[in-house]
Amino acid sequence: MTTTIDRSIDASVTDSSPDFGHATHLTCRECGAEYGLGAAYACVECFGPLEVAYDLSTVTREEIEAGPRSIWRYSPLLPVAAYAKDEPNLAPGFTKLVRADNLADRLGMSAPLWVKDDSGNPTHSFKDRVVAVAQSAARRLGLSTIACASTGNLANAVAAAAARAGMGSVVVIPADLEAGKTITTATYGGTLLAVDGNYDDVNRLCSELIGDPITQTWGFVNVNLRPYYAEGSKSMGYEIAEQLGWRVPEQVVIPVASGSLLTKVDKAFRELTKLGIIADEEYAVYGAQATGCSPVAQAFSEGQEVVRPVKPDTIAKSLAIGNPADGPYALDAVRRTGGAITSIPDPEIVSGIRLLAETEGIFAETAGGVTLGNFIRLLESGQASRDKETVLANTGDGLKTLNAVEDVVGPTATISPSVAEVKAVIH
Amino acid sequence: MATVRIPTILRTYTDDAAEVSIDGGGTLQEALDALEAAAPGIRTRILDDNGQLRRFVNVYVDDEDVRFSDGLNTPVAETSSIAVIPAVAGG
Repeated sequence: MTTTIDRSIDASVTDSSPDFGHATHLTCRECGAEYGLGAAYACVECFGPLEVAYDLSTVTREEIEAGPRSIWRYSPLLPVAAYAKDEPNLAPGFTKLVRADNLADRLGMSAPLWVKDDSGNPTHSFKDRVVAVAQSAARRLGLSTIACASTGNLANAVAAAAARAGMGSVVVIPADLEAGKTITTATYGGTLLAVDGNYDDVNRLCSELIGDPITQTWGFVNVNLRPYYAEGSKSMGYEIAEQLGWRVPEQVVIPVASGSLLTKVDKAFRELTKLGIIADEEYAVYGAQATGCSPVAQAFSEGQEVVRPVKPDTIAKSLAIGNPADGPYALDAVRRTGGAITSIPDPEIVSGIRLLAETEGIFAETAGGVTLGNFIRLLESGQASRDKETVLANTGDGLKTLNAVEDVVGPTATISPSVAEVKAVIH
Repeated sequence: MATVRIPTILRTYTDDAAEVSIDGGGTLQEALDALEAAAPGIRTRILDDNGQLRRFVNVYVDDEDVRFSDGLNTPVAETSSIAVIPAVAGG
C-alpha cells in the first residue's frame, strides 16, 4: 500500500472547556452517535450529518424580549456563549416582517400575507445569521480564519464578518457567479478563490481541504463548522414567531438550496412550542426550487426519500446546489407538516421578482422570485390555501442579481430634457 | 495504480494516510474490495448493510460523481483517481 501521510487536525481538539451556552454535544441525525463539541460535521460511523444537541431548560419570552434587536436575543437557544453578542460581529437578524397587503390582493388571498425580508441583513442576505453563529464557534475552537464554499451570499457574509472581527477569510466560489456577489466579496477583502466549476465542485474542493495542513487554523463555516452554522438559521424561525406576536403562521414558504434553512425554521417552531413559548398549533412548511435545479422537488413529487443529485442550470444561482445535503430532512419536514416542495422555470422566477417589487417595494434576488413564483403555483394547484396566513421568506437582495431582470426592465422612455417630450410619454 | 483519497474521518483505517493506492482495471465495487484489503473495516463505512453507497457519502471516479455514471459498476482505470467525501457539506 502506497501512502501519503497527512497530519490532519483532530476534530475533537478544542480548548479545555469551550463555552457553547446550552449546547451539550454533537449527535448524528442518522445513527444517534454522540461526539464532543468540536470542528466536526460528519459521523465517523455512517457519514450522517452531525447536529448540535442542547440542554434547553427554561427560556422565557421575557428573557428573549429583553435581549438585543439581533439574533443574539435568541442566544440561549443557539450554540453560543452568552457573551458572543459582545464580540466583534455583524449583529445580524431582527429583519422586517413586512405585511404584504398589495401582494395578497393581487393573489386573491383572504388571509394575511407577510414577507420576512432578510435582505435587510448587514450583507443583504440570511447568510449573516449563520455566519455569526459559525464565527462564534470558530472563536471557541481557536480557529483564526473563517472559510466557506459559496454561491455568493455566503461569500459576502463570511468576508464581511471576518473583516469586522479582524479574522482571516478564505472564500471559494464558482467563477461564473453574478458580478454583484463577486465584487462585493472582493471588496470586503480576504482571500477569494474563483473556481472553474459549479457549486458542487466548489463544495467538494472545500470538503477535500478539510484535514489538509494548510487549513489547520481554518473553520469552513458550511463544512466542519456546519452543525453550528446551520443552527443560526433557526433565528429566522424564532423571529417570524415573535414578530407575529408569538405564534406560528399557518403556511411558510422557504427557498431550498441545501434544504438547511427550511429544516431549521421548522426546528425553531418546534423548539418554541416545546418550551411553551408559543401555542402548539399546526403549520405547513413549503419548499421552493427552480426547475433547473430541483432535486428535492423531484424527490417530493416522486414520493422518494432519497434525493438524486442533478447538474444545476438556472438563473437562481444562490439555489444552484445539485447535491443538497439536507434534502432528505427537508422532505421529512414538509411531509410531516402537510406542505410540499415544488419548482418553477426561470421565466417565472423573473415574474416573481417583478411582482414582489411592483406590489410591495421589495426587490428580491432570484431566490425571492423562486419563493413567490412557487407560492403562486401552490395556490393555483390548491396545495396551499388563500385562506391561511402565510409568510414568504425573502432571503436576499435583488441588487446582487441585477442580471436576472436587466433584459426585461428599463426606462419607460429615453427623452431629451423637454417638457413636451415628458407630455408625449405621460398622457 | 489507481488512487483512493480518504476523508479525514476514515483515516483511522489507513494509519492517517490521506491517499491509498490500489489495483485498478475493474469496477468501483472491485476497487472498494481492494481498498478493504488494504484498510480492513473501511468498506462498511462507505457501503450500507445492503452493499449500496451510504446516503451521505459521495464517491467520485476521475472527478465524476458515480451517481451520475454507473454507481458501483463505474469503471476504474489503472490511472483513475477515486475520492470518497462526506456529503453533508455546503448550503
